[in-house]
Order: sequence, then C-alpha cells, then structure tokens
Amino acid sequence: MIKVKNISKSFNDQLRLDDVSVSFEPGITNLIIGRSGSGKTVLLKAIIGLLNIDSGEIWYDDIMFSGLNFESKKAIRKEIGMLFQGSALFDYMTVKDNVMFPLNMFTSLSKKEKLHRMNKCLDRVNIQDTDNLYPAELSGGMRKRVGIARAIALNPKYLFCDEPNSGLDPQTAILIDNLIKEITAEFNMTTIVNTHDMNSVMEIGEKVIFISEGKKQWEGTNRDILKSECTQLNDFVFASNLTKKLRP
Amino acid sequence: MNLLKSIGQYFILLGKVFSLPEKRDVYFKQTINEFILLGINSIGIVAIISLFMGAVITLQTAYNTENPLYPAYLIGLGCRDSIILEFSSTMIALILAGKVGSSIASQIGTMRVTEQIDALEMMGVNTASYLVLPKLIATILFNPLLTLLSIILGIAGGWIAGTATGVITSSNFIYGIQYAFIPYYVFYSLIKTVVFAFIITTVSAYQGYFVDGGSLEVGKASTKAVVFSCVLILLFNVILTQLMLS
Repeated sequence: MIKVKNISKSFNDQLRLDDVSVSFEPGITNLIIGRSGSGKTVLLKAIIGLLNIDSGEIWYDDIMFSGLNFESKKAIRKEIGMLFQGSALFDYMTVKDNVMFPLNMFTSLSKKEKLHRMNKCLDRVNIQDTDNLYPAELSGGMRKRVGIARAIALNPKYLFCDEPNSGLDPQTAILIDNLIKEITAEFNMTTIVNTHDMNSVMEIGEKVIFISEGKKQWEGTNRDILKSECTQLNDFVFASNLTKKLRP
Repeated sequence: MNLLKSIGQYFILLGKVFSLPEKRDVYFKQTINEFILLGINSIGIVAIISLFMGAVITLQTAYNTENPLYPAYLIGLGCRDSIILEFSSTMIALILAGKVGSSIASQIGTMRVTEQIDALEMMGVNTASYLVLPKLIATILFNPLLTLLSIILGIAGGWIAGTATGVITSSNFIYGIQYAFIPYYVFYSLIKTVVFAFIITTVSAYQGYFVDGGSLEVGKASTKAVVFSCVLILLFNVILTQLMLS
C-alpha cells in the first residue's frame, strides 16, 4: 500500500500540488485522472521520488519514503516498476537487453536464470520473436508491452504507469489496460495509473482519484464516476458528445 | 548568476560521476561499447585528416622556406614538430569535440527528453555515473592512441607529399624528422590529449544531461557542447603549454 499525506509542491511560486492526501491499495488498479496540466504527473513523479515535495509525507507500506536519502530510496526503487508515457525503452539496446537490464544491474542471477526470467516476462505480455529487435523497430503497442515486461522484470511490489495508452489505437489501448489490470491482480501489486482516457477509467478504474488545479477533488470507483456530483469531475467526464449520452 | 549556477551544476555532476559503480560487469560492458563508439569509430576521420594535414604542412613549409640558406631537412623537422606539438593534440581534439562531443550531448540529451534517464533513476541507477563514467574512461584511454596514430599518419602524409612532389628527398625528410628530436614533446602532446578528452566528455555530457524540453533543445545542447568544448580546449591549450613548455 502507498499512502500520500498532505503533500504540496510548487514550481516558481506556483502551487502545482495543494495538500493532497490519498491511499493506493494493493491488488487493484488505482487511477489518477485529470485534465492536462492538472497536476497528476507532478503527483506521480512526487510519489516515485523523481520530484522532491515541499511538504507532506509519502509512505510505502510502513516506510516513510519521502524522508529517505538517495541511497535509502534505492532499496525501495528496486521494488518499483514503471511504464513511462513514451515507454522510455533504451533505444541503443535490443528488446532482450532492455528487459535484461534491471536483472543485470540488480540481481546476481546466473545468465541462464536471467534469460529464463526475461522470456517469462516477455511471454506474460504476449511478445514473441522480438528479442533482437530495437525499440525503433517496434509498434507503439509492442513498445508499451516491452516497457511493461521491463517494469515487472524484478517482480516489483509497486507498479506505476504514466499515460500507458497514449498514442495507441482504442483496441490496443484496451489490451494494454487489461494487461495492467491482470498483472496487478496476479502479483498483488500496488498499481497507480496516470491517465486522462475515459475508456481506461471505465475499463480498469477500480479506484479513481480525480485531480484538478493541484487538488484532489474526488475519489471513488468507475461505477461511481457517472453518478458523481462533483462539477469539475463531471465537466471532465462528460466533455465529449459520446460520454454526454452516458450521463444519467 | 547563470554562469555560476552552470559551473556549480557541472561540478555536482562530476561528483556523481566519480562514485563507485553499482555493478562493475555492467559498467565494464558499457565501457567496451564506448571504446567502439567514441574511439574506434573515430579512427577513420583522424586518419584522413592527419594524412592530408601532414601533407599540407610539409608543402607549405617547403614553399615558405625556399631559401638556399635553410637546409632542406628543416622541412621534415618543421612538419614533425608542428604535428606533435599542436596538430595531433589540439587540432584533433577540436575535431573530436565536433564528432564525439556532439554525439555524447545528443545521445544523453535524447535520453533525457525521452524519459530514458528517468527510467534509469526510477530503477535506482546512478545515472550520472552510468552514462558518463564509461565514456570518460573510453575517451581518456583511447584518445592518446588516436593522437599517436595522428602523429604517425601526419608525418607519413608529409613524407608522401614531400617526396611525391619533389620538394624534399626522402633521406632529407627522414633526417629532418630525427634531427633534434625531444621525446618530451610527445609526452606533452599526450598529456594535453588526456585533458582535452576530459573536457570534451564532461562538458558534452553536462550539456546533454541537463537538457530541458524537446528535440530542438537537444540540438541546441549539442551545438553548445561543441562550442564550449572548443573554447575550453583552446584555453587549456594555452595554460598547459605555459605550464609544460616554459
């Protein structure tokens, strides 16, 4: 479980996160949603420690992550997997080397064991016969899958996904969403997905946090979202003509 | 203020670069890759430029010393000293600042804007050390070899051009390159090369590492890497020459 307590973050005197408190449960997909520029990426980067917060606390189970120094954070980071918006695969490495990288860097497994683990991860995301291809030779959907395979290589306790289906066609986006949901349940990970895609929200949003202007405005499930009385959330959810038809 | 901030950031980056590697075998493989990318891949351009510059230095020395009072072997001597003292260390360093410096800045800059560095940091990797240290080791160890190669090929180019055009006989040229030879000059040239390799790698890595924005900023960082490396090379050339030859 990850708990965020009263965190705030400013850039050049502009408050981008304002006293946000939220908890993320293991075994379910936790979604952070909001408009572009609402502060959801700042929140995600603050939780994983890529941005230092101005005030508040971030807890990973019973460890206060925000109070740790760089070296101590490393131990927690080895239990974190992350899928970046653009996949962030190392473009000078093949698919095989990308997935092997965390294993080479942080484990003392034998080469055979590492290859076994790599193949298992790639099989889990339904990627075959691409070991020797470079990221530039893969489609967007395949890159995301390889990104997920690399993220789960070290069997992480926590999985973060930043806009996992941006730039993908709707069918592939749903496949990626469901893959994240399945993996989360299978490994009982604490998964946080940052998205503004309403299809994702309705598909995998077991817990949804809505952020607007740096503040948490609403929290619930995908079943509750259509019945919400939060005006800002309704403006976001029912922005398109298609979703307007779903309005109760 | 910006200059002071940049200098501070540069030294903080260097502090992170010189920390113990997390996994030595991963760093070792990375260093071997950098030897190929930054060192072996530069052999071609260094060889071509050295051959032709050696040839031009010999011809220009010959055409500017057409005086019966000057012994012909001085053309060989002039060619040798120009190449050892300045061309193979400083000029090759300026050329490598263009080739290797822009490559380092654009590679690290692209990794920054495409979140690859964030991905490494997320895993708990010391990104400054992982990305810069192997490049630094590769250039510091390999660039002196490029300098030696440049000296040999530069003098060879001079000999080929001199004898082919008939401005100097082969025996005079060979006598000239052996005459009053000071081995310390080669040491001086190699020390300069090591300092220049350090400047090229760290300045370019710094420019790439702190890129903020998109592909346009990566291009700008690459240009800045070349410009700042060249200026620093010229500045340190003066300082080292005064320190080592005075």
